[in-house]
Amino acid sequence: MLARIKEFLGMEAKPKEEASQQEVEKVAEEEKAKPRIGYIHLSGCTGDVMSLSENYDILAPLLTEMVDIVYGQTLADVWWDDENPMPEMDLALVEGSVCLQDEHSMKELLEVREKAGLVVAFGSCAATGCFTRYSRGGQQANPRHESFVPIADVVKVDLAMPGCPPSPEIIAKTVVAVINGDMDYLQPMMDLVGYTEACGCDLQLKVVNQALCIGCGTCAMSCPTRAVGMTNGRPEVNSDRCVKCGVCYIQCPRSWWPADRIKQDLGL
Amino acid sequence: MVLGTYKQIVHARSTDKQIQKISQDGGIATGLLCFALDEKIIDGAVVAGPSDEMWKPEPTVALSSDEILAAAGTKYTLSPNMWMVKEAVRQYGLEKAGIVTIPCQTMGLRKLQSYPIGVRFVAGKIALDIGIFCTENFPFESLKTFISAKAGVDFSLVEKMDIGKGKFWVHTADDVISFPIKETHGYEQSGCKVCLDLVSELSDISTGSIGAPDGWSSVLTRTEPGETIFSQAVDAGLIETKPMDEGKFGLEMLTKLAKSKKEKAMKEIDQRKELGLPVPYKASSEKEDPLANV
Repeated sequence: MLARIKEFLGMEAKPKEEASQQEVEKVAEEEKAKPRIGYIHLSGCTGDVMSLSENYDILAPLLTEMVDIVYGQTLADVWWDDENPMPEMDLALVEGSVCLQDEHSMKELLEVREKAGLVVAFGSCAATGCFTRYSRGGQQANPRHESFVPIADVVKVDLAMPGCPPSPEIIAKTVVAVINGDMDYLQPMMDLVGYTEACGCDLQLKVVNQALCIGCGTCAMSCPTRAVGMTNGRPEVNSDRCVKCGVCYIQCPRSWWPADRIKQDLGL
Repeated sequence: MVLGTYKQIVHARSTDKQIQKISQDGGIATGLLCFALDEKIIDGAVVAGPSDEMWKPEPTVALSSDEILAAAGTKYTLSPNMWMVKEAVRQYGLEKAGIVTIPCQTMGLRKLQSYPIGVRFVAGKIALDIGIFCTENFPFESLKTFISAKAGVDFSLVEKMDIGKGKFWVHTADDVISFPIKETHGYEQSGCKVCLDLVSELSDISTGSIGAPDGWSSVLTRTEPGETIFSQAVDAGLIETKPMDEGKFGLEMLTKLAKSKKEKAMKEIDQRKELGLPVPYKASSEKEDPLANV
């Protein structure tokens, strides 16, 4: 299975026979302790879990053979209430920001922090607040619901995987890294936990203003809403279109630079 | 290793007379892309194509050899080629895209491939990256200013620009004017000052004029796919090669310039760190090889 995921991702070009035997042993080992995963859906659009499910090639075996989904409303029909306590989880993916006025969301998030070994801010709403940052309340169905914040504002978060949504590939790569205990790969996502106030204007403040921009265009390419263009070799952000997902700054080669991983991936 | 990891280093040029005529040096980027397109190794490429304004390139998706030829030749200003990558995959439907990048763009591309955090189904569709040597890059207005000030030439009359033998060369229809490359200092964009990469260390194939005789390019093949495509083009007779000149104007020159770019950048990086300014690279004290691109 792991071999299949790696093949799908183009990871590790090992000789096939050798690879398969090693992988079988490895997967057999994993079988003993399948990670228990929970999926918690707060104020998000379900786009993040849809992106997860876009890993068609590996999804079914991933969900059935490699992990146990022990909690969630979409991936597993498990709800938590006073009679049914939330199960213990090795890893909880939290989609969506948390609304400070929504007692149920707040309670669920705090309970998840108690029950999960690792809490992942999954998608930009959970990681940076994303477009829920624009909420000012006064709407139906609950006009009191006004203040939506990244979950790291309320609980300790271990990993952040921003993206509106995170790409299917980064989700698969992260799953592989978690299963392999590949902390080096996960390090940038641990660092991103602190990046909760994202905005297209970060390109100006943290790259152009800091004499770091080289006009490569990666930011403009990665913007999911086409809010970023390039004018005279510099990013120009249309703030009316920006959803504050943080992807432009995160993909910028001048924000952080994973040199060792890149060389490893290229075989250099 | 100041030239990065590579499989082979040679001098090479395109054997196609038309490409030789319009290309900057050996026509390696143009020749290889045309070959890869013909052989269906790629189904299109992101290149610095022409725009409405003379000498101002525009990232363009080329789908034919003609469109690749139209982008031949170096433009000494910014062309945000990474910007067009998603467009190439989504709007043009490329499954195996080629791209020409300068080192900083290569770094954007490789980071995207290792960490495709917010970009869905794009990173895996880049089949070939040809990296161009780069000492520094100029904003368009900088280029216009120093061409008119230093060369005393009307920008609209320029037919070719070139950097070589320590000079910046400006060709017009009936004249060739040059001035020392040192005189362009102060016109480059400041982001280049922390760049540790002259030879596009992370490309599939890197190429540029430094260290090569006139009309030839220096070529380094780096990755498996890069080596394969280059060898195929050589076997097909579309690229000819000769052994790298190891001497003063060959490998020695390339190594010297790559090293001096790194040393200058490391000084800048260390200085920035001391001031507490952000920079994505490690200080020289934090890494084993102080000149590594990390």
